[in-house]
Amino acid sequence: MKLEGRNLAVSLSGRRVLLGVSAVCDAGELVGVIGPNGAGKSTLLKTLAGVVVPDAGQVLLDGADVSGLTRAALAHRLAYLPQSRTVHWPVKVEALVGLGRLPFHGFAIELDVADRAAVAKALAAAQVDHLAKRLTSELSGGEFARVLVARALAQEPKILIADEPSAGLDPAHQLALFRHFRSLAEGGMGVMVALHDLSAAARFCHRLVMMKDGAVLADGAPTDVLTPVLLKQAFDVTAVRAEIDGIPVVVAH
Amino acid sequence: MQRPWLTPVLVIAVAILFLGSLLTGPAGVGLLEGLNALLFGTSAERETTVLIMREIRLPRALLGLLIGAALGLSGAALQGYLRNPLAEPGLIGVSAGGTLGAVLAIHTGLAGLTVLALPLMGLAGAFAAVAVVLGLAGLRGGPITLILAGVAVTSVCGALTALALSLSRNPYATTEILFWMLGSLGDRSLLHAGLAALLIVPGAIMLLFTARALEALTLGEEAAVSLGIDLNRSRWLVVLGAALAVGASTSVAGTIGFVGLVVPHLIRPLVGNRPGRLLVPSLLGGAALVLGADIVVRLFGDTGELKLGVLTSIIGAPFFLYLVLRSRKELLA
Repeated sequence: MKLEGRNLAVSLSGRRVLLGVSAVCDAGELVGVIGPNGAGKSTLLKTLAGVVVPDAGQVLLDGADVSGLTRAALAHRLAYLPQSRTVHWPVKVEALVGLGRLPFHGFAIELDVADRAAVAKALAAAQVDHLAKRLTSELSGGEFARVLVARALAQEPKILIADEPSAGLDPAHQLALFRHFRSLAEGGMGVMVALHDLSAAARFCHRLVMMKDGAVLADGAPTDVLTPVLLKQAFDVTAVRAEIDGIPVVVAH
Repeated sequence: MQRPWLTPVLVIAVAILFLGSLLTGPAGVGLLEGLNALLFGTSAERETTVLIMREIRLPRALLGLLIGAALGLSGAALQGYLRNPLAEPGLIGVSAGGTLGAVLAIHTGLAGLTVLALPLMGLAGAFAAVAVVLGLAGLRGGPITLILAGVAVTSVCGALTALALSLSRNPYATTEILFWMLGSLGDRSLLHAGLAALLIVPGAIMLLFTARALEALTLGEEAAVSLGIDLNRSRWLVVLGAALAVGASTSVAGTIGFVGLVVPHLIRPLVGNRPGRLLVPSLLGGAALVLGADIVVRLFGDTGELKLGVLTSIIGAPFFLYLVLRSRKELLA
């Protein structure tokens, strides 16, 4: 399944946040969205996820405009992890992950057999099955981030959009999270993440979308995007891309 | 935390308390005699029994059931929608508006003209207050603007109610206003119960339809939208549902405080803190609490006038203090 934004324009409270942005996330690819704070990364992801309705332009899912889909039908195909990780009530992990099954019900809030199977699969995929009976308020930051990924996976999405899912995680959890996203992409899912860690972007993403001031500055393979010239243009820093033991790193100085 | 016994236990409790309410009162009426009089309109012992059961006890028990359910359910839905455990049904201005309307009905003497003048004025006040709150908060405003607008409208209505009281030249009207504001289910007719049901039942249905949205809102608004929830629709369902249910309650029975705050709190741990699952048990718990409190009021009320709203506040306020202490402990931990 292919998600595509074409010439998206979005204004939030009178301010232009996106202008003429086009971006694609195809099946089997992990796409990183990078750019300085305020570049419009979150708004692009929200618009592609259907949370924000664009003023102009289209969001297409396999070529069909998503405005023709109901919200629930969209949620059957696409899962969105917002930047905010607030959970307002201290529910059990399995109940939280079960929220990913809400789009599959009319009015019921209790899970049926198929739902429970999907939840169990999602818990296992995110390696949090041992936490199923714990309360979300008792989890560490790393555990909690994985539980939220499991909630998105419970939707059994074809496309996963995550806004800075690695923010605030220690290096080990960050690494594990990106490996997981990469393996999801290699399993055929289209995964799009906004991130600030340029080294992780260079190492794990198949393709990078670089944004600045509400527009796309560059879109291509990490080696073509993470160049000193583009990094200077986007972030206003002098940065170099190097390799250590075959692992790419991007350092600003 | 699956507790499959919770809802059946609450249903049984409500049924028992409803029967208890029917059998409580100064006229000692036995269980069988009372039910016979109520259902078949015959009584072997006294002819007044039929009248007492059908005209005094039945409306009172029905109102206890309806108003308790309305307050418990509205409290649970508002707490879930606002994601705030301290929200109570009065928060959106509906109780204060209803009180102001009813007080004006007494103050102007309209209440003396026809039985329904007071509750209808109360309803008008409740809906006017909610309309102003929605207007202030904007059609798409978030929870915080809704709370702020509700607080503002509540204090304006409170001030106007106090003004009506202080301008009242008639001491009887003043006493009537004061007693009415304390909240009571006594001396209401089947007409009152019918009016309450006419508004509370559709209001409750609207609130019950928000269960999915409340569950999804556990993850915040953006995630809820991505899960297929229409936030605008949920907001209208919650605000209008609570306005219908609580507006009708306040207009018919005055202010019965703390039920909408306390009941969802007591039940929340029993449903694993899930806001959608909280709705039906809170409806039942509210009904049980108000029916029970109204029985207590009558058991101890022979000597003086212990009003229902006073009793629920006397139970509710210390509970609120306990909540404050507990949340302080959680913050320190």
